[in-house]
Amino acid sequence: MDEGARLAGRRAALEARSRVVRAARAWFEGEGFLEVETPARVRAPGQEIHLDAIASGAGGDGNDRWLVTSPEYHMKRLLGAGFERIVQIGKAWRAGEGGPHHQPEFLIAEWYRAGAPLAAIADDCEALVRVAVRAAGAPSPALDLSGPFERATVREVVRRHAGVSLDGDETLEALGAKARAAGVDVAGRDSWDDVFFQLWLDRVEPQLGRGRPTFVFDWPAPLGALARRKIEDPRLVERFELYANGLELANAFGELTDADEQRARFAAESETRARLGKAVYAVDEKLLAALPRMRPTSGVALGMDRLVMLALGAADIRDVVAFADDEV
Amino acid sequence: MYDTSDIRKGLKIMIDGSPYTVIEFQFVKPGKGAAFTRTKMKNLLSGGVIERNLRSGDKLEPANVEVKQMQYLYPEADMFVFMDTTTYDQVSIPTATVGDDKNFMPENINVDVLFFNDRAVGVTLPNFIEQAITETEPGFKGDTSTGASKPAKIGTGAQINVPLFINVGDVVKIDTRTGDYIERLSRA
Repeated sequence: MDEGARLAGRRAALEARSRVVRAARAWFEGEGFLEVETPARVRAPGQEIHLDAIASGAGGDGNDRWLVTSPEYHMKRLLGAGFERIVQIGKAWRAGEGGPHHQPEFLIAEWYRAGAPLAAIADDCEALVRVAVRAAGAPSPALDLSGPFERATVREVVRRHAGVSLDGDETLEALGAKARAAGVDVAGRDSWDDVFFQLWLDRVEPQLGRGRPTFVFDWPAPLGALARRKIEDPRLVERFELYANGLELANAFGELTDADEQRARFAAESETRARLGKAVYAVDEKLLAALPRMRPTSGVALGMDRLVMLALGAADIRDVVAFADDEV
Repeated sequence: MYDTSDIRKGLKIMIDGSPYTVIEFQFVKPGKGAAFTRTKMKNLLSGGVIERNLRSGDKLEPANVEVKQMQYLYPEADMFVFMDTTTYDQVSIPTATVGDDKNFMPENINVDVLFFNDRAVGVTLPNFIEQAITETEPGFKGDTSTGASKPAKIGTGAQINVPLFINVGDVVKIDTRTGDYIERLSRA
């Protein structure tokens, strides 16, 4: 299609997107958040096994720079310096991601509340979804916002939709046996998270957030990333994901502030990345130094493109951006 | 071997020993896990549709299938004889493989023949064919509006339902997927 016609066709969605982003900023301001900007080009883009960063040349210090996969590390360095309520709405980049819900360049809203429990972040997300839907002005009939969002746990939804009783600390073999007993083919899945996500995708995720948005709390410790363990059940971590209308909208952590445990998780992730033939990134020592200075903090990353999709009932992320990756 | 980055609509792969064609796929990345491709596939032998979540890096065996355009020539015992329209090679395909599609397969029609491991396993007809009516009760003039229908025989010998105004010798358009009458193309 001719570009002029294509962009004209997206005008209404782009206007709604602008209203959603402005309304979100206003909402954060009303909640007393400081909007911050942290570097897009960083030395340590994030250690997570399944996130790949895009290289961005060398910095003035001669070291490699990467585009951030999320602004988490620098924002935590601010938290370590005593900042209490900070938000950033900016671009992040993830290599190799493309599809109806993914673009390699996307708009992320990331915010933290020092001293607040994870439940406060869920309340923020719920308020923000309502703000976005109101700002977009064309609520999708498939979205039911009449009551409070559902709040469930990973164990509950795995039992409900897959009939599997999950502990969170079972061995890889035991988890594989549970998945097979539920009829899920886990042949070739040789890590805990691959087995879990095969079960999750085959049986659970398609059922989540249909109509009423659903928070899924209490993830198994092997899927902890940067979340702290639950004091009352260390097999689980303080983490939630928000699902709405088939979209995975947000991922939140009760933030891990134990630098030794974080260093050990980084080392394990680096080892796995090396074994999988992926780039191994520098460890952010300044982040590790900042963690013990942080108060107990909860934080979240929310996909703003997906929030606009949800508010407009759009099926494809292309429908809510002016230029997708193959349209630049 | 293919891997998940090769997945696209129409890719032919082997799953559990049967050939499948990809009809839909979507990149998914659940909860900070590995990338998966949610893949909807149609079994080329049974027509059944399945969905599989393939992890990034999974290897996929290509299915040795090929579609050739062929012209249906004539029946011979319990076989139908087809000719490859490019090479003029002739191939006999068991009537059982063609199944009920034979009802809408007049001689000289061009069809797509699916080969799996060099053996013909299926025939795909064009979505619509034109056929003359060979037998039906006489038509009622002027009755073009009611939904009433009557049986009629077409050139292939198959029976379909047509509106009451249709006469022997009329040429009609038929949907080969449903066997439904679509419209009258010309009068006798």
